[in-house]
Amino acid sequence: MEVRQEKKGLVEFKDDKVFTWPTLVAKEFLAAIFVTVGLLFYSYFVDAPLRELSNPGQAENPAKAPWYFLGLQEALVYFDPWYAGVVLPSIIIIGLILIPYLDNNPKGNGYYTFKERKFAVSTFVFGYVFWYVLIYIGTALRGPFWAFFWPWEPWTHDFPTPAPMHDLPLPLGVILMGGFYVVGLALPALVKRDFFMKLGVIRYALTMGLLLTMVGTVIKMVFRLAFNVKYIIATPWINI
Amino acid sequence: MKLVPDLLKKITDNEIWKSVFRHGYTDTPRNRALQIISNVWLHLHPAKVREHGTKLRFTWCMGGITFFIFLFETITGILLMFYYVPDVNRAYADIVDLMYVVPFGRFLRNSHRWGAHAMVITVSIHMFRVFLTGSYKPPRQFNWVVGVILLVLTFLLSFTGYLLPWDQLGYWAITVGTNMARATPFLGHEGPFAYILGMRADNDVRFALLGGTTIDAPALLRAYVWHCIAIPVIASALMMVHFWRVRKDGGISGPL
Repeated sequence: MEVRQEKKGLVEFKDDKVFTWPTLVAKEFLAAIFVTVGLLFYSYFVDAPLRELSNPGQAENPAKAPWYFLGLQEALVYFDPWYAGVVLPSIIIIGLILIPYLDNNPKGNGYYTFKERKFAVSTFVFGYVFWYVLIYIGTALRGPFWAFFWPWEPWTHDFPTPAPMHDLPLPLGVILMGGFYVVGLALPALVKRDFFMKLGVIRYALTMGLLLTMVGTVIKMVFRLAFNVKYIIATPWINI
Repeated sequence: MKLVPDLLKKITDNEIWKSVFRHGYTDTPRNRALQIISNVWLHLHPAKVREHGTKLRFTWCMGGITFFIFLFETITGILLMFYYVPDVNRAYADIVDLMYVVPFGRFLRNSHRWGAHAMVITVSIHMFRVFLTGSYKPPRQFNWVVGVILLVLTFLLSFTGYLLPWDQLGYWAITVGTNMARATPFLGHEGPFAYILGMRADNDVRFALLGGTTIDAPALLRAYVWHCIAIPVIASALMMVHFWRVRKDGGISGPL
């Protein structure tokens, strides 16, 4: 029984603690049994895949990474390998690690709520869902030569030649991308003053930088799909 | 009808029982607490927990299930190690033997494989739940960081295991995966700015991962050692920190 001084007066806090044994341990034990039975049941009926002996001279077509990396492999369609395969996953990992230090909203600590942290929840859910959408496309909708096939289409080698792609002129690309980050950083700070003030300069810059990179990655994909743009910025050293 | 209770009492109320379990059997609050506190495995838990933390609708049990699948994979993995040798001349044949010759070998390999997929799924759902409940907020910020590293290690555990059957599926999946390393800025020989550090195919970061310029015997051995020893050891160490910090940061998160 704990009594805490509140503004409204004395509020009694119920001691809601229960014995771990058996309340929690029994559930854990049951969960372990269900998982074991489920895995063994599935393993009895479904065989793990095994193809022919590896042959460096004969590439699989399509050659696919394990499914949990197929989102990144799908991103290869839209980006060079240095971004899709190295920098993007690094940014995702660093971004995930930074979340607790960027989100300084004290509400919603230890319970489900959307109302009290709309920005955080919607941003995270968007990224999480998008990751799995890319995985789905890479797993189910990509056939030989990574060509796109709808689920009801058979995989063939007879698919239409993709439309030719072009790069944006370098000055335009630099202005577009530079403008995207400058406006993206400045506009919310001016319009949503309290959002900016609550976070402070460093948190705000990191949060918005990560958010803009996530959104920018999606926008680049739209540019490719809608306008056949190969690179926004094309230079002899690096292409984005 | 007194037979069963009498027998139960005979079994549980004697010196041998007490020497093993260190406390009495009768259902008293004291023994319920001792059941947790005086047991080396269970004392990971506190003797009492807040009730919402035992609810499936709050935790989804996904963290616990992920840990359990890790144990499941350890056991099935050790059994597989009895039959599998990471040698390019043998590896594939060993897997075929497991599938067709070894008693229960197919069942063993299947359950290890599907368990690995399940673990990737459960750990990512666990992260989703922890985010939705805001459980990374103070004082639990650092435990989220440990959790993110454990998530990455789960991916790497599964990824290193993918090559071991030495079949076309694993070989080309690892080819695709490790070719990415070639494009690492500065450190991969096809990446941007690689010329600054003088990167070539035989000295870049992909070479370090594979132990060669192509996926061959050294790559298979490296995948095996990372998969069976290095990553499980690192992951176990971090899991200890992860679970210990759950306790130290005030137990399972919940409304204040």
